[in-house]
Amino acid sequence: MQTYLPRKTSEGSRQQTGGRDQLSEPPVVVFTQNGKGKARNVGDLVFKNLTLFFAAVVFSLVFLMAYEMYKGSNLSIAKFGWKFLWTSVWDPVRGDFGALPYVYGTIVSSLVALAIALPLSVGVAIFLAELSPDWLEKPVSFLVELLAAIPSIVYGIWGMFVLVPIVRSSIGPFLTKYLGFIPLFTGAPYGFSMLAAGIILAIMILPIITSISRDVMAAIPNAQREAALALGATKWETTKIVLSNAKSGIAGATLLGLGRALGETMAVTLVIGNISRISIHLLDPGYSMASVIANEFTEATSDLYLSSLIEVGLLLFGVTIILNAIARVIVWSVTKRFAS
Amino acid sequence: MTKGSNAGVDRWRKFKNAFMIGLSVLSALVVIAPLFVIFGYTLSRGIGSVNLDFFIHMPKPVGETGGGMANAIVGSLMMVGIGGLIGLPIGIIAGVYLAEFGKNPFGAAVRFMSDVLSGIPSIVVGIVAYVIVVIPMKHFSGFAGSVALAILMIPTVTRTTEEMILLVPHSLREASLALGVPSWKTTIRVILPVATKGITTGVLLAIARAAGETAPLLFTALGNRFWSTSLNQPMASLTVFIYDYSKAPFTDWNNQAWAAAFVLICIVFLVNILFRLVTRSRYGIGNT
Amino acid sequence: MKRTLSIIVGLAFAMLLHDSTIAQTQLNGAGATFPYPIYSKWFDVYSKEHGVNFNYQSIGSGGGIKQVTEGTVDFGASDAFLNEDQMKEISDKQHSHILHFPTVMGAVVLTYNLPGVGSDMHMTPEVLADIYLGKITKWNDEKIASLNPSMKLPDEAILVAHRSDGSGTTNIFTNYLSKVSPEWKEKIGQGTSVNWPVGLGGKGNEGVTGVVKQSEGGFGYVEIAYAIQNHMPYCLLKNSAGKFVGPTLDALSAAAAGAAAHMPKDLRVMITNSPGAKAYPICGFTWLLIYQSPKDKKKGKEIADFLHWAFTKGQDYCNELYYGRLPKQVQQLDLKQISMIHLK
Repeated sequence: MQTYLPRKTSEGSRQQTGGRDQLSEPPVVVFTQNGKGKARNVGDLVFKNLTLFFAAVVFSLVFLMAYEMYKGSNLSIAKFGWKFLWTSVWDPVRGDFGALPYVYGTIVSSLVALAIALPLSVGVAIFLAELSPDWLEKPVSFLVELLAAIPSIVYGIWGMFVLVPIVRSSIGPFLTKYLGFIPLFTGAPYGFSMLAAGIILAIMILPIITSISRDVMAAIPNAQREAALALGATKWETTKIVLSNAKSGIAGATLLGLGRALGETMAVTLVIGNISRISIHLLDPGYSMASVIANEFTEATSDLYLSSLIEVGLLLFGVTIILNAIARVIVWSVTKRFAS
Repeated sequence: MTKGSNAGVDRWRKFKNAFMIGLSVLSALVVIAPLFVIFGYTLSRGIGSVNLDFFIHMPKPVGETGGGMANAIVGSLMMVGIGGLIGLPIGIIAGVYLAEFGKNPFGAAVRFMSDVLSGIPSIVVGIVAYVIVVIPMKHFSGFAGSVALAILMIPTVTRTTEEMILLVPHSLREASLALGVPSWKTTIRVILPVATKGITTGVLLAIARAAGETAPLLFTALGNRFWSTSLNQPMASLTVFIYDYSKAPFTDWNNQAWAAAFVLICIVFLVNILFRLVTRSRYGIGNT
Repeated sequence: MKRTLSIIVGLAFAMLLHDSTIAQTQLNGAGATFPYPIYSKWFDVYSKEHGVNFNYQSIGSGGGIKQVTEGTVDFGASDAFLNEDQMKEISDKQHSHILHFPTVMGAVVLTYNLPGVGSDMHMTPEVLADIYLGKITKWNDEKIASLNPSMKLPDEAILVAHRSDGSGTTNIFTNYLSKVSPEWKEKIGQGTSVNWPVGLGGKGNEGVTGVVKQSEGGFGYVEIAYAIQNHMPYCLLKNSAGKFVGPTLDALSAAAAGAAAHMPKDLRVMITNSPGAKAYPICGFTWLLIYQSPKDKKKGKEIADFLHWAFTKGQDYCNELYYGRLPKQVQQLDLKQISMIHLK
């Protein structure tokens, strides 16, 4: 049972700030028992059940989607079984389907996107929350949020006509020349590549991670910063403390960004090259799960074909779950290290 | 901390400080650059076709001038609006649940599921919406489109609402409770207003996402070349138009697609500004 | 502020409840992307002249077939005709036979990006199949050079492009390749989407055009309108009579006329590699899919009236949009088939 008064621990000041140390530390509130609100009057009861209802709606929505996708992939699951996951042939004419290249493509392009976007996003969030003066913060924040307003198809078309040529003529040769000894950074000279897809996705998920991280960091009360500065810390060291308080919020933002990257269709399919091949080289073209569904769904004629495409959707669902779970475990272990 | 001359350690710390600050300023520039580049590209290709006709006329076939996208503009606004009316409350209230009562296995499951939901490709959401709305209704409709968009908006809003509520300082909650305000009223009247700025970020991100989606609308609202504000009929949208017109081999239509893209971006910009103005408050967190 | 918000919400609900029924009748159809420009022209003109609104959306031929099967549209359109199984499914679900009406013709051309080489490259079916099978990989390969002695072909790799999405264009193209290359037929086959041995996938005709236009040495198949509108050169193909023919509108009609002689009664036929000295070898019809026993008889009548207009006055709009008009024989067959629609 949580006490009413803030607990005095060795990090007494932290407790009072409202920042969360761990992913699921509850607010210290009367009537709460480890996050389980105890209703003491009618109003509380109604409130709790009402909100519970809506949370249940969200929960059932996901189950509904999973169920529909499972139902739709019955045919191909029956025909291919687990083989679907590790074969690479995709032949609509002969009715032979295997989804491995698509799984590979989705995971790799999303990870590339995260690798590019996460440091940039956190950097900008730091800039906005800690460093910039008020008159600069508002417009820059606004501009970052505007990146989210660009429709994905515009990203795709811009990617095809501007980014792909840049990858083909500048970025690609540059990487091959200086980092070519690492197989990751070589590949075909088409421009249409996993790297292009990763870059476009990174631009698309930047606003999500940045805006939420900025809000999370801004919410950390100034008492934290003042305490650190009073002890003689530099701006950067103060920021590091704010960051560690904001860790779980930033993790949440990253997960949302990852989700977006995994599911993005239009922008990826226009720059990734759409070749069902697995290759270690980032400059080689590839294919993603969302792209193959978008490309072939409307024209899929046979039932087995359709079912295979829906199974790819189900697989994407599965990949999302696994990646999310891994991310959570990482965050949990990292934040545990920082709590005393 | 290493022992030794303080001056040496301080110089290193000062350098690290300057370096990191420099990096973060650089990242801000790198992040803003694509916005100008992409928006500039859209502007340059689309501005030529944006004129009064665009806003008040219906689409015309290839080669005829004076075509417009009035029905698509209204359609997009309606479907995003109705989708928001359905999806945003669900997401926000679910987020409230997670923040207030969510530390139990069910809450953890909902949180996890919401993240997974954000990863489902929009085309799959469209297909599911087709199965649960269009097939029973036996025809395409603007309503089905709104449902698809609502589903897309939910995960973003749920997550951000939960995060922002949990960031509100305990002291506010304790003060309110100490004054005898019931818990539920505290949440609604004290906590939520303070978290508004953050929740609005989530709402705006969700709206921006929904407004820019094409695939889910193809299987639900279908599209309409004629004027219609009925949710019971196929409905036009800017994104489907951009999709259709950018695929055609006629430059006249391609230009209109760019104009539509430009108008869409501007509309979302305006919605952003409007929301921020409406929800600005001197007392929110993160505003000091 | 709160008050303005509630007014806005109130208005939104008012709009929601007010079902603005359109004064004019509206019929909905969906399907193939290829004929979207001409269908939108037809429906626009028809709406002005006859006051009936036909709303057509291009979601793909497969999408059109699916919606017709589910009964969510009043008519469909497809670049590939239905097979027996699909037709049976529609009879079972919608209790109606499906009639195929060819409306216009399209040509698939091979376009390339070789600066300074010139247009009208000569190409034979064997070389074409070899390129798409990955057996010929360079532009200055002996087999291509011997066909084009006056062209200076570079020592560059051929960047093959194909469709990443399912499409009627691919269906026509692979149908042709299957007819002229036994190896292709055996290894790959025909379909709206196939397991391509080589090449980059572009989404849509505009995607393939984009890939070819962007990449030096690019080579891909697209609908003719895309090559023309983007000022890209295309090949002259050797047809079944041994002549090198370009995709002119006359060549299209010649191909259709050649096939019309053996047209099946239900008008479902592929006309690739058509006989005739003037025929262009890679072209095909696109069809409207119409319910023989429509549920709404009034709508059925509107459709029948429109079809009559489409096969007569409508054909005049084809050429300016780069579609081939139906040859007379096919026109007649279409008009006759309209009477098969049950309007009572």
